[in-house]
Amino acid sequence: MPSIKRTKFKLSPEQLLEMFYWLKLIRAFDERLSILVKQGKVRSGVYTGIGQEAIIVGTGFGLRKDDYICPLHRDLGSFLMKGVEPGVMMSQMFAKTTGLSKGRDSALHSGVSDLGIFGNTSMLGANLPVAAGLALTYKMEHTDNVVVAYFGEGASNVGDFHEALNFAGVQRLPIIFVCENNQYAYSVPIEKSMAIDDVADRAESYGFDGVAINGNDVLAVYQSTQGALARARSGEGPTLIECKTYRWHGHSEHDKAFYRTNEELAMWKSRDPIPTFTTYLKGLHVLSDQQEQDIVERVAKVIDEAVEFAMSAPDPKPEDAVTDLYA
Amino acid sequence: MSKDLSYLEAIREALAEEMRRDPKVFILGEDVGAYGGAFGVTQGLHEEFGDMRVVDTPISESAIVGISIGASLRGYRPVAEMQFADFISCAFDQIVNQAATLRYRYGGRASVPIVIRAPSGGNVSGGLYHSQNPEAWFVHRPGLKVVAPSTAYDAKGLLKAAIRDDNPVVYFEHKFLYRRAKGPVPEGDDIVPIGVAATRREGGDVTLLTYGAMVTPSLEAADRLAKEGVEVEVIDLRTLMPFDKAAIFASLEKTSRVLIVHEDVKTLGIGAELSAVIMEERFDRLDAPVMRLTYPDTHPPFSHILEQANLPNPDTITGALRRVASY
Repeated sequence: MPSIKRTKFKLSPEQLLEMFYWLKLIRAFDERLSILVKQGKVRSGVYTGIGQEAIIVGTGFGLRKDDYICPLHRDLGSFLMKGVEPGVMMSQMFAKTTGLSKGRDSALHSGVSDLGIFGNTSMLGANLPVAAGLALTYKMEHTDNVVVAYFGEGASNVGDFHEALNFAGVQRLPIIFVCENNQYAYSVPIEKSMAIDDVADRAESYGFDGVAINGNDVLAVYQSTQGALARARSGEGPTLIECKTYRWHGHSEHDKAFYRTNEELAMWKSRDPIPTFTTYLKGLHVLSDQQEQDIVERVAKVIDEAVEFAMSAPDPKPEDAVTDLYA
Repeated sequence: MSKDLSYLEAIREALAEEMRRDPKVFILGEDVGAYGGAFGVTQGLHEEFGDMRVVDTPISESAIVGISIGASLRGYRPVAEMQFADFISCAFDQIVNQAATLRYRYGGRASVPIVIRAPSGGNVSGGLYHSQNPEAWFVHRPGLKVVAPSTAYDAKGLLKAAIRDDNPVVYFEHKFLYRRAKGPVPEGDDIVPIGVAATRREGGDVTLLTYGAMVTPSLEAADRLAKEGVEVEVIDLRTLMPFDKAAIFASLEKTSRVLIVHEDVKTLGIGAELSAVIMEERFDRLDAPVMRLTYPDTHPPFSHILEQANLPNPDTITGALRRVASY
């Protein structure tokens, strides 16, 4: 199999700062959610992606509005990058009418067709056949738009994964399958759920390339994505990018994650994608201490306003439990 | 203008006409392409519309429905074929969790205009996995519509209505009727609206509610009762969800007695719901308990002897009608 073309990519200082902003915003969004759960203000299951932000930012950066994304449950940040207002996303978590679901469900269980965002169910991997269907329409229309579909290493064991990737391979669909391999499917470690080391190896059996990369390096993720996007846009079909990473919190906020060691967690925290990128940007003199401080303050303001917006938004009316069932 | 068509030809004609009318309509499923479908329903369509509108798929029922959902979110109207209704269980999650809930969890801001064609029913020595009647599973799930035509005319008109409907519709086409049910079918657009039953025979003594392949033996039984001085009104439900409550209640006003006949098993079949609704809302109109004649709670066996022993037929329906009439 030919390796992924390493397309030349150049990012301007402004773009690098924008990436930095998204990393900080997405981290802050999830951290605030975690606090809100502990305060009892958010009642739904919250599945943070803290530690995995480089994947969302590296794959989502520079996508077109009419490219489609099919996020997984830890990817609330990808909703924000694709254009959902932070206040709307926070409202979704507070079950308010201003949320995408109007209180019917939380987190990723809603989408925005106009922004090219698909909202999956809780059935992991069930977004992948839908992603293939979206990509099929791009092929039918001979456009060069692309679908980016996300899943965990756990979901790669689901039948829908096989059905979707197989179909995408047969049809050479314009789609990128992004595996966020965070080492655990809830409590089950990867060595108990698959007999191979790399999910990326699975791509070969579907007739397209798979690569395993450092998912905590936002520029590595960006570079691989740009290569895969170029292939998909030029009709060369799908790519699987496996991003090795780690989730810092439990499966959900109520999970104490006793199934892993403190040493393991500490090791992965030392690979935190954000300080790594911060040091890199400062070394390039793209980011000054003052700019960093400004971005931190800007992020805090965005999150504060989002929470305020959500908390003061109206609750759904009881009668809306039985509306919007049929078109 | 009308011409005589078989039930199967009527389905094919609806597909062809809708595909000519609307470029967003396309077909996908196993063997639907050049082969023309396991039963020949899609014969000739691949030749006319090509690879991208009559899409042969791998054996991947879940993906077939998932792909349909994805395409529908971009404005397409896919018609997915399950080779046998029995195989629909492999796509259950995509239908009941993905398609049925999507509009609700999107806050009413999206719809899923897909049709899932499911060749169902027994009396063809198909055995356990080629004879099932799984319609009640889908009636039980809010967000879906379910139809089950009994005539060639309705097969065409209901499929057209289903394709134009903005909701996911499960279309049960009865295999026994494919080449046995023949009749006049209008050329061009004659829509049979979803949610409207048809009175196949008028009568003032007993109301018989049925659908699909049970309509013909029910009419034969009704003719026998007429010789005994009992006039049976036979209502073909045509749509199972939402069923035509008004037509049922109007008939009940005349007859005060109801027999329900279906080929699905008894426990929690459609008959259970119809019976419950009648008793809840029209108890004072009843002169006899609502009775059911159904397939017993067992699997559809391969042996012709075993299957015939239990399928409702004109003799057993006649017996049941006598019991309801004389109660």
